[in-house]
Formats: sequence, structure tokens, C-alpha cells
Amino acid sequence: MRYLLPLLLFLGLALMLALGLERDPRALPSALLDRPVPVFERPVLEDPGQQLGSAALRGQPWMLNVWASWCEPCRQELPALRQLSARDGVPLYGLNYKDRDDAARALLGAVGNPYRASAIDADGRVGLDFGVQGVPETFVIDARGRVRYRHQGPVTAEVWRDKLLPALKAAR
Amino acid sequence: MSARLRLAARRLAPVALSALIALTASSASGAPEAGTATVSAAAPAAAIAELEARESRLAHQLRCVVCQNQTLAESNAPLAADMRQAIREQLRDGRSDAEVVAFFEARYGAFVRYSPPWQPSTWLLWTGPFLLLGAGLAALAAALHRRGAFAQGAALDALADEAPFDPDNDEFEEGRPA
Repeated sequence: MRYLLPLLLFLGLALMLALGLERDPRALPSALLDRPVPVFERPVLEDPGQQLGSAALRGQPWMLNVWASWCEPCRQELPALRQLSARDGVPLYGLNYKDRDDAARALLGAVGNPYRASAIDADGRVGLDFGVQGVPETFVIDARGRVRYRHQGPVTAEVWRDKLLPALKAAR
Repeated sequence: MSARLRLAARRLAPVALSALIALTASSASGAPEAGTATVSAAAPAAAIAELEARESRLAHQLRCVVCQNQTLAESNAPLAADMRQAIREQLRDGRSDAEVVAFFEARYGAFVRYSPPWQPSTWLLWTGPFLLLGAGLAALAAALHRRGAFAQGAALDALADEAPFDPDNDEFEEGRPA
């Protein structure tokens, strides 16, 4: 008994520290979860005469990927996004965050465009409304226009299979 | 813990923490942001200065969500600059300080506030130090009590053996610090 208590305290502390090592301190839960998707209406990168807005996308679950051509992880995830969203028929839209339009279009032309459309967010205001901390981030929005999931960092096949796709299926 | 103690802890915790934050902020903060005086030429200088003071105060209360351990005022991150810009615009539009904080809290969660609010998820954070202090005091009291009971028994033995017991000085040798 005399040695049991310190031992238990030590084990408890060790367990908490071990769990802490596994967690990413930068990954914050999105404040938007289960809240209505922020209202936005922005010109489309691929066709600036058109507008892309959150209102027009209601009625179906969709994904929003926040990206920029200056962001290396975004460049890396583009091919995977294109392949995965095409394979599973997912309505994937982009938010081109604080980017130069010509650089963004050049990148999409070079590696292929995974998005049905990308909204131009040159001043980052739409990103601020989404609580974006750093690109890339990916949001899953349900048919009623509520945010159901947020992924921070590049999308990989594992993230797509284990997190994004199940969230999208649950959002129907 | 008694209800009164809990209440006292609840009242004291924010005071203690804000004192600590004020101390760190005053040592860490520099001059207010440069280049913010772009309101309107007609606005009196006093009003501009007041807006800047409020902006600076808010920037010290909000966290840069990219760097996390810096306030908006301290951070050079582009996102922090955007957030400061948003503060400035909202103050210019006549919003209150509380409304500006609520704006960021709705987007980034309570974490964006440098001083955490009192809510269920932060109860342990606020009361933790006091709970630990209480647990330590309780353990100390228990240990002293045990030692006291033991020493009293020893004193009675000693009394029976030889030395006369002094009732004015009923402290026990073992429990006394050197």
C-alpha cells in the first residue's frame, strides 16, 4: 500500500503524457461543427464571370477544400483529391485562399483540376468565416447546409477512406 | 470541497489568472501597432486614439490560432494580421469589444480567447490548482494526525516510564520541525 499509491500516480501520469504525445496540439476542433456553413458568394476561379456560393450548393452533401498554389501540402494533395473525388463521385468544391488567380489557374492546368469549381477568396475573408487556421483544410457539409466534419492538413487516401467519405455518407 | 470554498475558488481563480496574464502582457507588450491610423481624416484624433487603444487591447486578449502561444498583438503571422484587420474594421463599424470577441469565438472556438472562459470544459483548468492544493493539505493533515496519535502514545509510554509529562507543552518531539 505504501508503494502502491506513488506507483499508481506514476502510471497515471505516464499514461497521460503518452496520450499527449499522440495528439497534435495544433489540431483544434472546428467551432463550426454542426453549425450552418458560412454564407459566401465569390467569383469562380475557372470562370470569373460565374459566382459560387454556399446557397446554391444546398440540397446535396458536398466537400469544400481550402487550398492555395503557394501551399506545398495543397500541391501534393491535388492529384489524390482529383482521383478520389472522381472515383467516388463526390461533389468537391474549392476555396482558393489568399492566392493569385493566375498562379492558381496555372497549377490546376499543370496537375489537373479536382474541383467542380473553386471560389476565389483573395482577401481570406471567407477563410476567416470558416475558421481556417492553415491551408489545406477540408470541410464536409451536409444537404441541409451544416458543417459535419473538418480535416486539417493534406488529404490522403487513408483520410479520405476513414474520415471524409464516412462523414459525407453520414451527411446524406 | 464545501460550496463556499468552491465559490471562493471560482471568484479567485479568474482574478489570479488575469493578474498573471496582466503581468506577462505588460512585460511582453511593446508599442501599439504602427500604421493603423487610417480611419477618416474628419474623425477627431481622440476618437482614432481610442479605437486604436481598443484594437490593441483586443489584440492582446485574442490568440493567434496559427502560433497558438502568442496573442494577436505579438504575432507576425499573416493570419494574425488578417484578424487584426478584422478587429479594426469591426470597431470602426461601431461594434462593441464583446461583439468582436464573440465574432472570433464563433469561428475559432473558445480557444481563441487568451484567458479561458469559465465553462464546463475549463472547470478543471480553473479549479485544478486549488484542488491539488486542497488534496496536498488534506494529505498533510492526515499525516500529521497519524504522527500525532503515534507520538502521543509514545509520550504516554515515556510518562509511565520516567519523565513527568508537561501539560503546557503537549507538542511531540517527532512532529516538530528541526
